[in-house]
Amino acid sequence: MPESLSWLPRIAGALVLVLAAMGISRWQNVGLEREMLVAVVRAFIQLILIGYALDLIFGTEGPFWILLVVAVMITIAGYTAGKRGKNVPRGQFVATASVSVGALLTLGLLILLDVFPFEPRYIIPIAGMVVGNSMTVTGLVMARLRDDVRLQKPQIEAALALGATRRQASQLQMRRALSTGMTPIVDSTKTVGLIALPGAMTGMILAGASPLEAVQLQIIVMYMLIGAGAFAGLTATFLTTRQFFTAAHQLVLPPDAEAARR
Amino acid sequence: MSNRISVKNLNLQLGDSQILQNVSLDVPAGKITSLIGPSGSGKSTLLRCLNRLWEPPPGTIFLDGQDITTLDVLALRRRVGMLFQSAALFEGTVAQNVAFGPQLCGRTLSANRIGELLEMAGLEPGMAAKPAAELSGGQAQRVALARALANEPDVLLLDEPTSALDPAATRHVEETVLRLRDSLGLTVVWVSHAIEQVERTADRMALLVDGQIVERGSPAHLLSGAHPHLTEEFARGQLESAREGA
Repeated sequence: MPESLSWLPRIAGALVLVLAAMGISRWQNVGLEREMLVAVVRAFIQLILIGYALDLIFGTEGPFWILLVVAVMITIAGYTAGKRGKNVPRGQFVATASVSVGALLTLGLLILLDVFPFEPRYIIPIAGMVVGNSMTVTGLVMARLRDDVRLQKPQIEAALALGATRRQASQLQMRRALSTGMTPIVDSTKTVGLIALPGAMTGMILAGASPLEAVQLQIIVMYMLIGAGAFAGLTATFLTTRQFFTAAHQLVLPPDAEAARR
Repeated sequence: MSNRISVKNLNLQLGDSQILQNVSLDVPAGKITSLIGPSGSGKSTLLRCLNRLWEPPPGTIFLDGQDITTLDVLALRRRVGMLFQSAALFEGTVAQNVAFGPQLCGRTLSANRIGELLEMAGLEPGMAAKPAAELSGGQAQRVALARALANEPDVLLLDEPTSALDPAATRHVEETVLRLRDSLGLTVVWVSHAIEQVERTADRMALLVDGQIVERGSPAHLLSGAHPHLTEEFARGQLESAREGA
């Protein structure tokens, strides 16, 4: 066994827990055994492959691989967030653009401010967290705005009828959506370390770093996730709102919603 | 009698369905024009075209002789106010609701002016400080009326604003609108379901069926029984709406 896979026996040990979960599922007739098996096998294969790929990429120099990996991450995250915000017109575009702004602006600033060097070993894991968080915030913002605009159509149209611009008419909905998107990360930043030790920090400690080192990295991570959330959330708020209005400040809901109303 | 609004050969299509077909209508200044018709006949859509909440084709709707699609849409909507089926008040106090329109263009209304507007809408000026969420349906709709009046509009579009109100509140709103027509010379286009309401309020009326105006004239003439088409179509409409409500 190559030294890089020296953890395999421990993985086998942890598998006992999965067997126990499958036993419980079977005993209680939950019917999740098959899905658990698929999930466990998928996780194993996906992560081992990613591990090998990262091993290769960490050995490279130059920006090509970093940019490629970040682009793939953004594409997948944009697709996922777009699905969460379904029925937002041009939802895939809105989601991908929002995740891109959140991720690229944050990564750019981190590199510019010399927080992390532009090397695959640093940028790729950091990008994973930043893109993931941008995706979550974007999905929340899009879904909330879509629901609120539909639910509060009378108030929005009343404001438009009084001469409000599309932005003035949807100010309240925009503010609420941004707050909905940002609240989880702000809350978890407030309680970080008190309720649970976050992943990045846990990983560093398990890998042998001193707790103080781990904590400092975690502080940077929380700060950057707040920034990424704000950039992505703000972009998603503006872009999503735009999809519901014409240039002449008319509210246009997607056809299925219009049909249901009639 | 001059026309404040003229609709000329308005056609509107949404997907495969023809919502409005060759609609022409003159709305005289300082009068109440009622639009009636069965549900789905396109009367609300026609109303929404008049302040461009729905975009009409260019050259089909004129306000004081000007094609409304050439006007600044926000200025147009300040001149042509609108009330909807629901009052759709904003969060906050009655006063904040009333002051909303002028505030959009940077004007602050004095407490006195807010009181005046509330009185014009048939409410006590003392109501200004009340939270909008605590009002009854009738009160809320009259606050919505005061809110629309704050922009000092020439025209008021009413999209069945009394459909959710009890008979007493309905009469109160009707009397207020009649008073505003007389005192301010307000031009009103009123979409209504209830033929009794049209009899009580309208100076002119038009019947819309399947996106076309099939009858128009004075209510006294049209509702005299000499127009079986009107009675028949409208009875069908009443029936449909009763069925929908059931």
